[in-house]
Amino acid sequence: MSDYGISTTINKKPSTKIKQKKGLGLYLRNNWILYLFLVLPMLYFLIFKYAPMYGILVAFKDYNMFDGIMKSPWNNFATFKEIFGMADFYRAVRNTFLLNLLDVIFGFPAPIFLAIILSELKYRRFKKFSQTVLYMPHFLSWIIIGSISLQLFSAQTGIINIAVTALGFEPIKFLTNRFSWIATYTSLGIWQSVGWNTIIYLAAIAGINSELYEAAVVDGAGRLRKIWHITLPGIKPTIIILLILQLGRMVAIGFDRPIAMTNNLVIENSDVISTFVYRVGLQAFQFSIATAVGFFQSVVGMIFLVTTNYIAEKSGEQGIW
Amino acid sequence: MKSDFKNKAFDYTITVITFILVVICLVPLLNIAAVSFSSNAAIMARKVLLWPVGWSFYAYQAVFKDMEMIRSLFFTIGLTLAFTVLSMFMTILAAYPLTKKQLKGRNAFLVLIVITMYFSGGMIPDYILIKNLGMLDTIWCLLLPGMLSAFNLIILKTFFSNLPESLEESAFLDGANHATILFRIVLPLSTPVLATLSLFYAVGRWNGFMDALLYTTRNDLYTLQLKLYQIVYNSMSLEVSQVEGSWAGDLIPESMRAASVMFATVPILLVYPWLQRYFISGVMIGAIKG
Repeated sequence: MSDYGISTTINKKPSTKIKQKKGLGLYLRNNWILYLFLVLPMLYFLIFKYAPMYGILVAFKDYNMFDGIMKSPWNNFATFKEIFGMADFYRAVRNTFLLNLLDVIFGFPAPIFLAIILSELKYRRFKKFSQTVLYMPHFLSWIIIGSISLQLFSAQTGIINIAVTALGFEPIKFLTNRFSWIATYTSLGIWQSVGWNTIIYLAAIAGINSELYEAAVVDGAGRLRKIWHITLPGIKPTIIILLILQLGRMVAIGFDRPIAMTNNLVIENSDVISTFVYRVGLQAFQFSIATAVGFFQSVVGMIFLVTTNYIAEKSGEQGIW
Repeated sequence: MKSDFKNKAFDYTITVITFILVVICLVPLLNIAAVSFSSNAAIMARKVLLWPVGWSFYAYQAVFKDMEMIRSLFFTIGLTLAFTVLSMFMTILAAYPLTKKQLKGRNAFLVLIVITMYFSGGMIPDYILIKNLGMLDTIWCLLLPGMLSAFNLIILKTFFSNLPESLEESAFLDGANHATILFRIVLPLSTPVLATLSLFYAVGRWNGFMDALLYTTRNDLYTLQLKLYQIVYNSMSLEVSQVEGSWAGDLIPESMRAASVMFATVPILLVYPWLQRYFISGVMIGAIKG
């Protein structure tokens, strides 16, 4: 049978069949390299992204490390019932939401203010210098930031408390008191990300039609007025879409930041889903529980993402797909 | 006249505010640098602010004599280089075919990839996989699991698809195949975005901590951040152990901890100003897509 599959069926038009096969053959001859290129990347996704999804089954079994996933006995939803009865689980979920919410309330507006401030700066060289400095914390790992914070916020030798006591107050236990810790956690998050997050807003501000500003000056508007009536509305679409995206990630939380800042004294507020999974799964080896919690997080996270994306599309902005 | 004054006042305020923010940004680093060069007596006496008091190089001597720190530094540098090359190789291989609209199955591939951006097995299934593949405590667990970022892939794909098609078409007519086109035409035109993505991968690997923590127990596989974590965190800070009432244990002097932090941070700070603009252009490309 040649490549060009000459059909002997009476009903088919031989010429069309030849054309189809010729097309496919030609296509493959021209494009086989593309498929070759894709082999390794697709293997990567299959092995490192999709294979672990199979591991989710651990949440539905009494996992035994020696029996492996296949041979461990099923326990259906028993693990889930167990985690929904664990106080630590609710604590982790609560902390995740709380810390993420604070990040939204305080961490979300901050880059907007900073971007507006930066865009209003007149001296270009100072502006460039400031931006370089302000972007820099984004590149520091949370271990570095956490280590710095241990020194900075130390109740005894930290520079901040030196200033506080010099003003006559009692030293503040930034890292050892549960509630001050939350403030410290949020503030450090802002310190780390506010500069970098201005980039998108600065780009949006640069995209505002300058004629609007000129018209406002003619109407007698001062600097603040121009900001309020032109700049802010001009970047509103950007603000909305970024807000929606951030809300979509309310259930997700990184690992480095909480781990870098936690200690046994604040664990009531610092244990989040990611650290919970680590503690329970890889330190206490309760694989089924940890997997179940992780799966719970993935599912709830998907629901949040899909919902907020739906809202985004409905409000007229382009979604993330 | 009055509006002129208001304008100037506004400019002045804005500049002052920015200046204050810049200072706030720098204070933590200046403080750590100062502590690292100060004597312990001065630190405990709460005299160290932004400048060293009682100059002492003891902390740095200790850090540089610590062979494990030095080894971890060089290991992390080598790891970062290898990882970046590997990741860029994979990302380019994946991005190029996906820009070809005539590719059959293209949409299926794209969907498969995008799904992985939003749903994953989780920490434990990942761990089980690495364990089953026998990669625990090997260098492979630090190289392979993260080597293709779907996010970076999309950025590259977007960039490739914005290149003029006529270039490729004329190359085809000249008898070139896809490999030639990729290496002779597309890549040379893509150097800015390739530089940016390389930096994204490199910074990610350099700062990488969680995978080393989870997957390695061997000293010689510790990334710099993990090494720093052990030095700084496993000896609890003075006040935490005091409040807890636990034993002071192996207390490392504050200046040594600060010197370790500086050791891990200075490389980034040295390299950062030159590379900054590549990151920003990368964010712009990513933002326009997203």
